[in-house]
Amino acid sequence: MSARAHAPSERDPAQQAAHFRHVLRLADTSLVLGQRLGEWVGHAPALEEDLGLANLALDLIGQARLLLTYAGELEGRGRDEDALAFLRDAPEFVNLTLAEQPNGDFGHTIVRQWLIDAWQLEIYQGLLGSADSRLGAIAAKALKETRYHHRFSSGWLIRLGDGTRESHDRVQAALDCLWRFSAELFCADEVDERMQAAAIAPALAELAPRWSARIDEDLAAATLKRPAAQPYPWHGRRGVHTEHLGHMLAEMQHLQRTYPGVRW
Amino acid sequence: MSAVIEPEAAAARVQAIQALLAGVADPEIPVLSIVDLGVVRHVRFESDGRLHVGITPTYSGCPATEVIRVAVRAALDAGGHADAVLEEVLSPPWTSQWLTSAAHAKLRAFGIAPPEESVSSPRRRWHAPLITCPRCASRATERVSEFGSTPCKAHYRCSACQEPFDYFKCL
Repeated sequence: MSARAHAPSERDPAQQAAHFRHVLRLADTSLVLGQRLGEWVGHAPALEEDLGLANLALDLIGQARLLLTYAGELEGRGRDEDALAFLRDAPEFVNLTLAEQPNGDFGHTIVRQWLIDAWQLEIYQGLLGSADSRLGAIAAKALKETRYHHRFSSGWLIRLGDGTRESHDRVQAALDCLWRFSAELFCADEVDERMQAAAIAPALAELAPRWSARIDEDLAAATLKRPAAQPYPWHGRRGVHTEHLGHMLAEMQHLQRTYPGVRW
Repeated sequence: MSAVIEPEAAAARVQAIQALLAGVADPEIPVLSIVDLGVVRHVRFESDGRLHVGITPTYSGCPATEVIRVAVRAALDAGGHADAVLEEVLSPPWTSQWLTSAAHAKLRAFGIAPPEESVSSPRRRWHAPLITCPRCASRATERVSEFGSTPCKAHYRCSACQEPFDYFKCL
């Protein structure tokens, strides 16, 4: 099946490489987070939340497929979505470090989801007017889904935070634990700068205050405290990961690595 | 390709192909066709002389998308359009507002409540839309879960007739 919208043609190899990497980063964050949520299937606290997490996972993996397919085309080396998802090692993954963090308890999963949902809301909103019409179309589609993802995660954040002492303390502990990965969300590097200059992506620095305001609004409703520590920017988007990603990929990629080219 | 198709003849052919596609059922909700669902975005002959059919996914991760693609290809092949170009259309993104009125009636008859509320206001972020029971038409229903058996459906229960039912969500 062919896609009708095309990226602006790029003759400059450095620009083309940055474009590929930019799309790949968005894809990997969705893919890794979707895989993490998939680990909950059959284990969530209630059937409704099991279905909820699985539905979110499905959307994220669907978004990742659209983005990976496009990334493969931008790269131009014949790699399709499956090759990119299943045949890369951890240092070649360029997801947000936050996305790969283990599920922990339900509160931990909710905090991770909520931080990334709020981030994706800003990112996809910012991509709507992209000079890259194909990326803009994927973002417009993903944005509609991200809105109810955020509704789900912020709803649980507030119920847990403003719930019992036990649920409050546990979700606050999860926030304190995961907050250190948040500095990476809007930390621009040369790839982001190139994309911004080409009007393909929004300026991350301009999105950060909006994300921050949304986070504060939800935290206030949840009676949770925003951790004060100035976090160190992790570098998952540059391929430098915590130890958790390798373990996750070992499971995710097992079948395709063991039986290369296997088909149902 | 030099063959020029007369506009009237082309319109008639497009109509016939649309009728063909209206026979392709959604794999998850078989009472609906992919035309009822608004999944078929365009059917037209382009300047290359070939038939172009555009289809759009409903939800990004909906597993039915693959099945629909295969079914559309099979229907076009069977209808003598093996050279048709099948295109994925992402923009504008699919919305439940594209469900036809025929689709609403078919859903209700099948026991699924059709989409009712177009947009939820940000002030009422967690407000569950009030839905009419597709079996007894009571408004005394409650949402059990925002997420159900497929990405497009929520799970409801009717307090009047006590029956559980699916609600086709707005997107």
